[in-house]
Amino acid sequence: MATIRIDGLTKTYATPRGPVNAVDRVSFEVADGETCVLLGPSGCGKTTTLRMINRLVTPTSGKVLIDGRDTDAADPVLLRRTIGYVIQQIGLFPNMTVAGNIGVVPRLLGWDARRIRSRAAELLTMLAMEPKDFLDRYPGELSGGQAQRVGVARALAADPPVLLMDEPFGALDPVNREAIQDEFLRMQHALKKTVLFVSHDIDEAVKMADSIAIFRAGLLEQHAAPDVLLSRPANDFVAGFVGSDRTLKRLRLIQAGEVMVTDLRGPAPGAPTVRATDDLRRVATLFLEHGVESLVCVDDGGNVVGHISRAAVAARLGSARP
Amino acid sequence: MDSLAIVCGVAAGIWLSRPWMARYAQGAIQAVNMVTAIPTLGKLALMMSLLGIGALPAIVGLWIATLLPIIRNTYEGIRAVSPHLLDAARGMGLDQGEILRRVELPNSLFVIFAGIRTAMAVNVGTAPIAFLIGGGGLGELIFTGIDLQETGMMLAGAIPTALLAVAVDFLFGQAQYWLVPRGVNPLRNVY
Repeated sequence: MATIRIDGLTKTYATPRGPVNAVDRVSFEVADGETCVLLGPSGCGKTTTLRMINRLVTPTSGKVLIDGRDTDAADPVLLRRTIGYVIQQIGLFPNMTVAGNIGVVPRLLGWDARRIRSRAAELLTMLAMEPKDFLDRYPGELSGGQAQRVGVARALAADPPVLLMDEPFGALDPVNREAIQDEFLRMQHALKKTVLFVSHDIDEAVKMADSIAIFRAGLLEQHAAPDVLLSRPANDFVAGFVGSDRTLKRLRLIQAGEVMVTDLRGPAPGAPTVRATDDLRRVATLFLEHGVESLVCVDDGGNVVGHISRAAVAARLGSARP
Repeated sequence: MDSLAIVCGVAAGIWLSRPWMARYAQGAIQAVNMVTAIPTLGKLALMMSLLGIGALPAIVGLWIATLLPIIRNTYEGIRAVSPHLLDAARGMGLDQGEILRRVELPNSLFVIFAGIRTAMAVNVGTAPIAFLIGGGGLGELIFTGIDLQETGMMLAGAIPTALLAVAVDFLFGQAQYWLVPRGVNPLRNVY
């Protein structure tokens, strides 16, 4: 359980052409159990911001408060043991087995060997890896996707309330990336960590985030829920960054049930059906494929619960989620 | 004597690889390389001119010859550890000592051992010429045997020298094989 508040955070580097603010008076808050994606082009300060949270980078000024406690007051080494950390290059220690890697922080915290091993097995299972096949392998014997799953498991080993992820899935191929994103979402749904996730991929951000913080040249341009960001970008930079297809991107964020009308007399029999828990990508696909004006909406048991009209979808996309 | 060189060499290599030594490390390693380039006989001759004739200059000269490759390989081995590993280690909350023990040393151990094996080969192989500056040892039999054209005496020095070299290399080879963690040991991993 942890709320993260970032207050006026600034990092200034001296360069030959004078001081440059890599991060410039950034303030925002991430609620307990939420995932905030820090998004922006390279060099925008998102990684520096992330690294100031576990004090791998010392802020020039400003504060990072975790549950109201100023991280400046803590011993950085002890602080980091309570914050999971995942990087794009994974950084598994090649001299240790998978079990050894996952057990690094628990060992520092003085857990006994048996507890560490069962924790490692539990985490691998959560990430769809068979413990008895993988616990005693070395990182060199893993594929990229497997290695990053272990990287995530290692960060979660001591059950830290906060997780920092620096483009964790950026080096994986698209198929693997989708799979590991889905697994992570499923896991996050159960674990409810407070996650800060650096990405430069708007699609990944929309998929993973409860809120998105868009950075440019060290400044925080907008911090909002994905649906708000896509429907009401704060300025031209944000609009340009999220792309001209931002309405299409919103489709994944809205469930069919949200635009459904509970009127069982609805459409003619034989209209295509969609489940209330499907998102609007499925709804749009059916509209386009069948050229119909409305769809039948069913629950997971297949019972008709309402219908969806094109007009209702358009109305919903015309406004941001309240 | 050799174990002292190993301990000192590894310690010096670690010391040079520390962040606060970065400014001096390159210069120091250049100096190490220069001294390494002097043939062992030259080193012994220099020692003789500094310390006189006898066992002492021989031991000091050979000690330096052993030390240098160990320092260099320790330093280069630690420096070659990927910065991502260090970033991950720091980010997870390992302190400097833990990073050295759990990450830097295990991942450079293979290279460090390679340095030790080189050093040992140089040491055992050239120890006999210590006789030339009054250092005694098996070289006494070899050089006297050559001078007197006594093949038996020469072999009595040469064969043990050769056996010693082979045995020492075998011993350190085994140590390298078993002590370097399997995940970073090219002799043992199968991938």
